[in-house]
Amino acid sequence: MNAPLLSVTGLTMRFGGLVAVDGVNLTAETNQITALIGPNGAGKTTIFNCLTGFYKPTSGELTLNRPDHAPVSLQSLPGYQVSRHGVVRTFQNIRLFPRMTVLENLLVAQHVGLMKKAAFGVAGLIGLKGWRAAEKEAIDRARFWIERLDLTSVADEEAGNLSYGVQRRVEIARAMNTNPLLLCLDEPAAGLNPKETGVLGELLQGIREQFGIGILLIEHDMGLVMGISDRIHVVEYGRKIAEGTPEQIRSDERVIKAYLGEPDEEELPAIVAEDVAGQEGGRA
Amino acid sequence: MATPIQNHLKASIIAGLVAMVLAVPFIGLYTVSTDQGLVVQTRWPWVLWSGLIVLGGSLAIALVRDVLAARRAAKPKLAAGTKPKRDDALTAKLSKGFAIGITLFAITLPFMPFSDRYIMDVGTTVLIYVLLGMGLNVTVGLAGLLDLGFVAFYAIGAYSFAILSTTLGWGFWVCLPLSGLIAALFGALLSMPILRLRGDYLAIVTLGFGEITRIVILNWQSFTGGPAGISGIPRPSLFGLSFDRRPPDGLTSFHEVTGISFATEHRLMFLYMIALTLVLAAAWVIKRLRALPIGRAWEALREDEIACRSLGINPVASKVSAYAVGGMLGGFAGCFFAARQGFVSPESFTFMESALILAIVVLGGLGSQIGVVIAALFIVLLPEVGREFADFRMIVFGIAMIAIMVWRPGGLLSQRVPTIRLSSQKGDAA
Repeated sequence: MNAPLLSVTGLTMRFGGLVAVDGVNLTAETNQITALIGPNGAGKTTIFNCLTGFYKPTSGELTLNRPDHAPVSLQSLPGYQVSRHGVVRTFQNIRLFPRMTVLENLLVAQHVGLMKKAAFGVAGLIGLKGWRAAEKEAIDRARFWIERLDLTSVADEEAGNLSYGVQRRVEIARAMNTNPLLLCLDEPAAGLNPKETGVLGELLQGIREQFGIGILLIEHDMGLVMGISDRIHVVEYGRKIAEGTPEQIRSDERVIKAYLGEPDEEELPAIVAEDVAGQEGGRA
Repeated sequence: MATPIQNHLKASIIAGLVAMVLAVPFIGLYTVSTDQGLVVQTRWPWVLWSGLIVLGGSLAIALVRDVLAARRAAKPKLAAGTKPKRDDALTAKLSKGFAIGITLFAITLPFMPFSDRYIMDVGTTVLIYVLLGMGLNVTVGLAGLLDLGFVAFYAIGAYSFAILSTTLGWGFWVCLPLSGLIAALFGALLSMPILRLRGDYLAIVTLGFGEITRIVILNWQSFTGGPAGISGIPRPSLFGLSFDRRPPDGLTSFHEVTGISFATEHRLMFLYMIALTLVLAAAWVIKRLRALPIGRAWEALREDEIACRSLGINPVASKVSAYAVGGMLGGFAGCFFAARQGFVSPESFTFMESALILAIVVLGGLGSQIGVVIAALFIVLLPEVGREFADFRMIVFGIAMIAIMVWRPGGLLSQRVPTIRLSSQKGDAA
């Protein structure tokens, strides 16, 4: 069997005394949508930050198995190099370049390849043929994603002036312009209305089918997660508590507990139970 | 109930009284030196007058405001939510037209009948500040990295040429690129310790860099000549032709070769043309750089450093290159400055210069090259125009600055022109 695209083993992240992520193992496969869910503060975004080079994990292995390349240990790379190996992310609170146009945003995403083609500015400055060809190719790639994500009408607008839902699409387009192997989306449906969420789900499935890349998704919208995920990992208090297909997760007791709390009153912690009882008594 | 007029009158009387209280020490008392030494004398009528002037002025301002407000209220309002759409294509066209116009004007200026030594001299000064502004604009306007010590690069460029020419005897055209390179090197060096700093801390460190450079120059007597500076810096030559009346050894002079009778104006024109060439070259290079990955990475860095990192852009490389390119332009300006003056001393490189250059960039609108040109014209010409006001010209200058910042807080040209438009690109079929 092939090694998974991304395998995370024993990932632990401590901030002083606080253990935000504690020995998490997870995998993401190519051509699959993997979801990472859990209550607020469970450590999902921390896992993302470790994965994409924003935090140096306290311990653990993050291995990216690139086709035609030796496995890459993501945790030992300088932060900005992670995306050069094909792991790119979006942010929970959108981070576009607000005063640059949508097209410029997408061209910045192709910086690494273009920089080489421009010979670090020299070839570009005098406008050599090779550079112009590379630039055209970059524009064509950007145009492809602009059309694919229905951004044509706003391509020359400043990204900061766009509405929230459109900005989310621009961010995904920008991430896709880096030619990733693994696309990590941090709550891409946050702030979208149900219709937009539906479109987003179709888009993600479409990207997976057309490009065969892996998608790792943090999301609170359970409709979206259950609808499009191939595999779901559930974390709570920094630990992984369950893993499986949407069907398995839906019926997993630990997951239900994590999300809804204990079903029965007598299992409430004593002090809370007293409180509840007291209120009821007072009302009676 | 008090009418608005009564309210205004009340406020104005209070303002007048406050002014009179303030006027007592400032205006009411003055000293006269007599045989018995310094004697304090009074001039109470002046105090009364200052109170009355403030009263009348404040009342007039209030009334004019009322009239303006009434006129504005009478105008039909735009429907809620429809803000007038800016036409950025038009803005881009206008600024392009202005760029072409001002370039043509700058090129033809020396040959105009009205141009004289004074105009050439002021024009060259404007061009030096435009070049400095363009350099700082790369660091502050494009990459968003504050630099309060930009004068350091100016000084380094000037002293590089001064020292190289007086000790090794190298000419202007050899030293120009070298001065730029040396200044760029210092720019890269400066960027190292401040990679992690932002905001106030960045301001302090760059301010310190500017001052340290000046103080080192001031104290390193054996190398820089200390406070006395370096004199006898050779003037630029045109393909080996000198513009001096008596050319230095080994050079022939321009007026001998061409047969035109000697005139100092020719040298001034020549200096002006060099400065103009430098500015045009810098403008062209920056325009190109903005549309290249390196320039886009600078702007992206200004917008969001974290997003940059997530896209594989090395923020360190971007910052170092921004400081280096900015510093290089400062170095060119410095080298030219030294060649023009024939003399450099630390006095030319005080914090005031840094502040002026920064004012040019901010006033012009961060990132806008045309804005830099307009602001440099404004900053250099206003004190010149104000010469008749003598002592008051810095006040006029300050008031004008405040007025512009109130009127256009984002700078004169605050709108960013995109480096590329999808609508003007040919499709796949092409």
